[in-house]
Amino acid sequence: MPMKIGSNDFKDRVEEGINDSFMRKAVAGAQERMGSRRQDAADQLGNWEDWRSHGEEIRQHVLEHLDYYLKELSDNIASRGGHVFFAQTPAEANEYIKNVVESKGAKKVVKSKSMVTEEINLNSYLEEAGCEVTETDLGEYILQVDDHDPPSHIVVPALHKNKEQIRDVFTEKLGYQKTEKPEELAAHARAVLRQKFLEADIGITGCNFAVAETGSFCLVTNEGNADLVTALPKTQITVMGMERIVPTFVELEVLVSLLTRSAVGQKLTSYITVLTGPREQNEADGPEEFHLVIVDNGRSNILGSEFQSILQCIRCGACINACPVYRHIGGHSYGSIYSGPIGAVLTPLLGGYEENKELPYASTLCGACTEVCPVKIPLHGLLLKHREQIVEKEGKAPISEKLAMKAFGLGAASPFLYKLGTKMAPTAMNPFVSGNTISKGPGPLKAWTEIREFPAPHKERFRDWFKNREKDGDA
Amino acid sequence: MTGSITNREKFLNQISSQLGRQPITGKVERPVWRFQPQKEVLKNASQDELLTILKDQCLNIHTSLYITDKNNLSAVLKNEIEAYGGSVLAGKDNRFKEWGLDFLLNSEIEFEEWDYTQGRENILRAERAGIGLVVSELTLAESGTIVLYADKDKGRMVSFLPENLIALIPKSSLVPRMTQAAEQMRSEHLKGNQVSSCVQFITGPSNSADIELNLVVGVHGPVRATYIVINDL
Repeated sequence: MPMKIGSNDFKDRVEEGINDSFMRKAVAGAQERMGSRRQDAADQLGNWEDWRSHGEEIRQHVLEHLDYYLKELSDNIASRGGHVFFAQTPAEANEYIKNVVESKGAKKVVKSKSMVTEEINLNSYLEEAGCEVTETDLGEYILQVDDHDPPSHIVVPALHKNKEQIRDVFTEKLGYQKTEKPEELAAHARAVLRQKFLEADIGITGCNFAVAETGSFCLVTNEGNADLVTALPKTQITVMGMERIVPTFVELEVLVSLLTRSAVGQKLTSYITVLTGPREQNEADGPEEFHLVIVDNGRSNILGSEFQSILQCIRCGACINACPVYRHIGGHSYGSIYSGPIGAVLTPLLGGYEENKELPYASTLCGACTEVCPVKIPLHGLLLKHREQIVEKEGKAPISEKLAMKAFGLGAASPFLYKLGTKMAPTAMNPFVSGNTISKGPGPLKAWTEIREFPAPHKERFRDWFKNREKDGDA
Repeated sequence: MTGSITNREKFLNQISSQLGRQPITGKVERPVWRFQPQKEVLKNASQDELLTILKDQCLNIHTSLYITDKNNLSAVLKNEIEAYGGSVLAGKDNRFKEWGLDFLLNSEIEFEEWDYTQGRENILRAERAGIGLVVSELTLAESGTIVLYADKDKGRMVSFLPENLIALIPKSSLVPRMTQAAEQMRSEHLKGNQVSSCVQFITGPSNSADIELNLVVGVHGPVRATYIVINDL
């Protein structure tokens, strides 16, 4: 799917999100678990602020010298026998990939999770060219089987679906006959996908980080699907956003540590695989041919602008897990494959203000996102910059200027978001129901007042806020 | 064989022009980083301390851990193979003989070695095997991670397609964390030894939390994993 998902306007999407009580409960639970796991993983190190500062300095250095490192990377890949294609637009990237696929007479493609290939809408391009494209990350596979339901979280794409829904989808589309137990669902997917891996002609992956000095790149998963995608098919195509690069293995290791702790609270995920070029002579597995496609798609326009720091992003999703607005409206409300604070900043930059001008308002500017970001992107500051630019361009704010004022404690609340608050009230009660009684419930507008009275930036540390909020029982 | 590079100049010029400068022609030196917190982690830990940390971490990563010495390795490994069941696939590795694992090599059990001359047949063997047997080249105590370098005799899929994974871990392979592995990989590269086409950092069995955040162990790769640490190696 392209970066943009769905066609409803922002208000409709938000309303849909708020009325989906399973989704809201799932999101709230996920945020709590992932948020506290992240916090524990950060606390274990004892000097997390130094880690963040190191992550930031690495990313900043790379962005300032990006042309140099991309040149070094491409030279080193070519010297190991890989092919590198620089694509300024999605069309260029898709065309190149299609040509590779066609030149192999390939029909079967397996993919591991990649946001950039979603961004350029590669799957439908290849499907139109007559290929069967199979997503192999379990979450992505579930969405694909369910008629390409869009992802709602960059790390846990099918977060909005419950196991019963997944069982029903598998039953209808795959002839699945067992129960809704996650183990049984996963075992079924394993069996179906194992066959797909073995039959595939082409493997397509994203790229967590490329390493300039050696022409390597790294894939980070828990399932290990990327290992199969890169070991079994004869041809491998890796697609990377042009900024996802580090100078050497030494920096790679630091960013991988920041990524796994921030994304899922793990010291390292189960599989971290560093690949360099195609297979060597006499190796019996790994691709015979390797292509790296480096995609710009609007990123270079961000360089040198006041938004440059957004390119430091390592796609961990920590900001999403910390965001009180995401908690209330869910991932689909953002209308983009990139949701949460990162999406609210990045989507308007890559997709333009015209279709995304409400997104920078999907924030209370509480600063929780900025505080958890492992590479110190000033996310809520960037959201504010967006608002300034939109107001400058449009002459008025697309939602209500008063909201922005209110977020800083200066004025009355937005009527639109106030209405959201009242709409939210009935569904917001669900998490507090135990048995048939409401044991501890917020007032009808508690969810809304929580947003409105969210602490101003930096008044309260996020970890304190997070703990207090759980005690207060807010959903 | 050298690969191709397409559309590079225009692409990179767009970057340098956005950054408001000419394309870089000379060499960029990596800065001396102001922060290097990774070097502080478990900085002065002894091998024994690292082993304790590994042992504790194995509880978090759903992995069984045995500690033995070279004399008893054969018995411990044999037990674990019998417990898992099925045939064993391993890379071609002289260390098995050196470590007295004759039972693998003299057909006491169903044992196959990766043989690159057989090409894709190796993949089918790996699919059939019940157990993948590997030797960890470096072992990261903090995260409980084994490190494998693929080459012609050690296929990537040995560790992956069989339902069970057994890793032999010489105690001397223990290092604090991924920092030391990265440094070692870089220093080998700078010495002119090219990095393996595939370096795997494996931490326990494969898993997923994609369905309602419920942890499912064993998704695409092994369902169960065992580490056997050899004290006197």
